[in-house]
Amino acid sequence: MLKPQVAKELKAIVGSNWLLDTPEDCLAYSYDATPLYQSMPDGVVMPGTVEEVAAIVKVCAREGIKIVSRGSGSNLSAGTVPVEGGLVVVLTRMNQIVEIDSDNLTATFEPGVITAHLHREVEKLGLFYPPDPGSMNVSTLGGNIAECAGGLRGLKYGVTKDYIMGLQAVLPNGEILRTGGKSAKDVAGYDLTKLLVGSEGTLAVITEATAKLIPLPESKRTMLASFRDLTGSARAVSRIIAERIIPATMEFLDNGTIRVVEDFARIGLPVDMGAILMIEQDGPESVVERDIQRMADICRKEGAVEVSVANSPEEGAKLMQARRFALSALARISPTTILEDATVPRARLAEMVEQVNVIAKKYGVNICTFGHAGDGNLHPTCMTDERDKEEIHRVEQAFEEIFLAAIKLGGTITGEHGVGMAKMNYLSLKVGETGIEVMKSLKQAIDPQNIMNPGKLFAKDTRRRVVIGGGAAAEQSVSHQHGNGCECNEHTAG
Amino acid sequence: MSTQQVETASQNGILQMMETMHYDDILNCMRCGFCLSACPTYRETGRETASPRGRIAMMKAVATGQLDVSEKFDSDMYFCLGCRACETACPAGVPYGTLLEGAREVVEENRKRPLITRIIRHVAMKKLIPQAKRMEQVSRLLYFYQRSGLRRLARSSGLMKLLPKSMAEMEKAVPEVASPAARKERKRMLPAKGEKRLTVGLFTGCVMDVMFFDTNEATAKLLSAFGCDVVYMEGQTCCGALHAHAGDKQEAKQLAKQNIEAFEQSGIDVLINNAGGCGAALKEYHHWFHGDPEWEERAERFVAAQRDMNELLATLPVPKMRSLPYRVTYQDSCHLAHGQKIRLQPRELIQSIPGIEYVELPEADRCCGSAGIYNLTNFDMSMQILDGKMKQVEGTKANLVVTSNPGCLLQMRAGIQRAGLEGQMRAVHIADLLYEAVE
Ligand SMILES: Cc1cc2nc3c(=O)[nH]c(=O)nc-3n(C[C@H](O)[C@H](O)[C@H](O)COP(=O)(O)OP(=O)(O)OC[C@H]3O[C@@H](n4cnc5c(N)ncnc54)[C@H](O)[C@@H]3O)c2cc1C
Ligand code: SF4
Ligand code: SF4
Repeated sequence: MLKPQVAKELKAIVGSNWLLDTPEDCLAYSYDATPLYQSMPDGVVMPGTVEEVAAIVKVCAREGIKIVSRGSGSNLSAGTVPVEGGLVVVLTRMNQIVEIDSDNLTATFEPGVITAHLHREVEKLGLFYPPDPGSMNVSTLGGNIAECAGGLRGLKYGVTKDYIMGLQAVLPNGEILRTGGKSAKDVAGYDLTKLLVGSEGTLAVITEATAKLIPLPESKRTMLASFRDLTGSARAVSRIIAERIIPATMEFLDNGTIRVVEDFARIGLPVDMGAILMIEQDGPESVVERDIQRMADICRKEGAVEVSVANSPEEGAKLMQARRFALSALARISPTTILEDATVPRARLAEMVEQVNVIAKKYGVNICTFGHAGDGNLHPTCMTDERDKEEIHRVEQAFEEIFLAAIKLGGTITGEHGVGMAKMNYLSLKVGETGIEVMKSLKQAIDPQNIMNPGKLFAKDTRRRVVIGGGAAAEQSVSHQHGNGCECNEHTAG
Repeated sequence: MSTQQVETASQNGILQMMETMHYDDILNCMRCGFCLSACPTYRETGRETASPRGRIAMMKAVATGQLDVSEKFDSDMYFCLGCRACETACPAGVPYGTLLEGAREVVEENRKRPLITRIIRHVAMKKLIPQAKRMEQVSRLLYFYQRSGLRRLARSSGLMKLLPKSMAEMEKAVPEVASPAARKERKRMLPAKGEKRLTVGLFTGCVMDVMFFDTNEATAKLLSAFGCDVVYMEGQTCCGALHAHAGDKQEAKQLAKQNIEAFEQSGIDVLINNAGGCGAALKEYHHWFHGDPEWEERAERFVAAQRDMNELLATLPVPKMRSLPYRVTYQDSCHLAHGQKIRLQPRELIQSIPGIEYVELPEADRCCGSAGIYNLTNFDMSMQILDGKMKQVEGTKANLVVTSNPGCLLQMRAGIQRAGLEGQMRAVHIADLLYEAVE
């Protein structure tokens, strides 16, 4: 509960309509798209301007109230779960595109703009903003920036950080910071823009951003290659890259995923195949034609049973849209769907896919895998039931082993979903002790009171330090006490 | 009671609650938020509590005892239009409509309504709607009110101002009802014109049959023109949708049983309705009787016989039609589009009329705000949604807005009046339009 005096002050800032603090409101902002996590905030506030945000943050700083920034709550790392209570600051009302600058090829927008909305608006002008997370019809650009979201086009075009040129943000003391700008070249001082991109709401509230745009590719074609088995498709991915073709998108779906997606989208996917690749290439028409041909040949050589090219852009778009439904559609199979985000260098993809299957078998859990094959970003997804505590325990173990396997193959624990709470126990695996220390001192310098999204990124204690070395070592790690100090009534897995 | 007993009692309470709330289906929501942009109340308010995902989270919390069945929970559940656009959008296949009915049932069991609300509800839902004779009387009263000059008096004397503004606004949209004489003449059986293809029963509905008696008659004649012998099904009553949506599952089931019995005695194989909302309910009776040894199978047979008018007509050869000079747009009925997945058929039927210029309405399957009695219970939100809808309708430059459900039809008429478009466009039921072409 917020103190009455604080509630009054906040209402004066945003207007009484936009401070929500009933138990029902708090509950509705106690979760995001991450399964198994929940924790109640003390209140929810929906500011409409940067000045309001600054005023809110000042009140919180004075009172020591924790702040959790929130877009659409579609993240998969429990980034918006208010583990330490406090105030959820929802930025969806700040949803204006401020400017699309066709001369400088930039777009400036508020954080609450829905990702797909920006796509539509810039594309009307023949421009292109590539980052396209599977959730782009839901997610906000603020959330994308804070998570450094990737997407289906990540292989060729990179992720959010490759496009953000400048930011406006409110710091934990309520001051407004501006970083970067429209200049293509800008090397003055530390790169604070890059620091804030991917900071998961732990350093500042992002209130405006300027992104780089590129010309909209002239044409694009989509093809679908079906394989009898997983390894054939993974080999095809490696070969395509080795042949120096960089498609815009190369998505991978295993049999389990194909079935559920088809069940929802009904677009005629081959449900009897072991795996499919959905490949898209864009650019000048002749290049696109040539690349599609070459990739089709490679797929056939690596054992594709069938390769078909979409007849029209609409048909292609439908395929890609279906891919975006993959995760949510998997939720049909069982009550709880836990998705992970292990990433390996793309040449190791086949090995990783195999390992996931071995690990799933070892722990007797049901895992489907799909993902952005082109950039080695896999989403092994486990269908389970949160009520079955024993199985959840096995799921945790399996995922732990999957992360370790990814790291051993030279990969990482998250390709795009962020660390949040879900993966904070593994961060040190990736960045090392020194990395953790540098990150912590940055956090300390910018947010000495630790009011910005506390309880994320850094594990509270070092109880669970997994040693690289695989299965046995993983077993030694402190048993699955929820090692993050979270006291919510739901709890954490892996 | 010992502590142990108290505990089991409250546990039983929770278990019972979980069942009514369809807890297993609630768990299937993976909170991805894909439904947010489809939800009209979320779009208007931006609040998670007014979104499908938020409502499901609150249901879950109530089912597990984490949240009370509070006044806010009550109003949040009734703030939902029940349009089920979220169901279409949800890749995880969460049956939101069923969840909502369960949640409202729990609300009704746990919350005390003010006496006046209870009386009005009791009279309307139990004494009026389900009883054909009483609806007949209502229709006569309405006829008298409209034709005797009483309406003019009421409108000019300012008497209308005494009514809540929601009622006053909707009163303007109520069509001229049929005369008692016309109602008496209703034929119990209408033979097929030309070659006979099949025999169908007609489900006339309750409100539909009072307010849109002529549309029901047109539907019968239309079916006949498409080659059907049309029988009026004796003993039928209200479909129960309004009751189920208002959390009164008991009464809804009572009505369903009556309809099932009427159907069994009629010997009809196919039963046609022309109201998207009723149709969705009629097709869900088997869910209502899930696990009931006596009724589940009977309900399943009943459900198998249900067809929406558009659904059936689209399978029959189109009779000769005359040309109509309209520019037409179509507003989906939510329960037809999202509930019954019937979208294409009405559009094809409209376009099969020669001379018609068809324009697709942007976001045609977004709720118009009518939603059963939502436009009376949540008047302001309903009108906010309607005004947004009318902007899009106006943009089509159509002179005819076609709907497939009585509630939507009334709402579109109110919308046309609110937007001051009376001179430019009309709203009609699809049966009336098609009948005009085959007449
Ligand atoms: C089905 C599905 C598919 C997905 N596919 C992808 C994918 O392909 N690629 C991908 O990268 N992600 C994907 N995601 C994850 C998710 O959509 C992204 O992380 C997205 O960027 C979150 O945006 P949001 O607006 O929902 O942010 P939220 O979930 O609300 O917030 C995410 C994080 O950002 C912080 N934050 C939000 N707004 C601000 C702000 N204005 N200032 C500071 N911090 C802020 C929050 O505190 C939180 O830590 C997917 C999710 C789902 C459910
Ligand atoms: S789309 Fe379905 S699974 Fe996703 S949040 Fe909405 S109801 Fe839940
Ligand atoms: S039924 Fe309609 S109003 Fe209700 S949650 Fe679903 S989309 Fe929103």
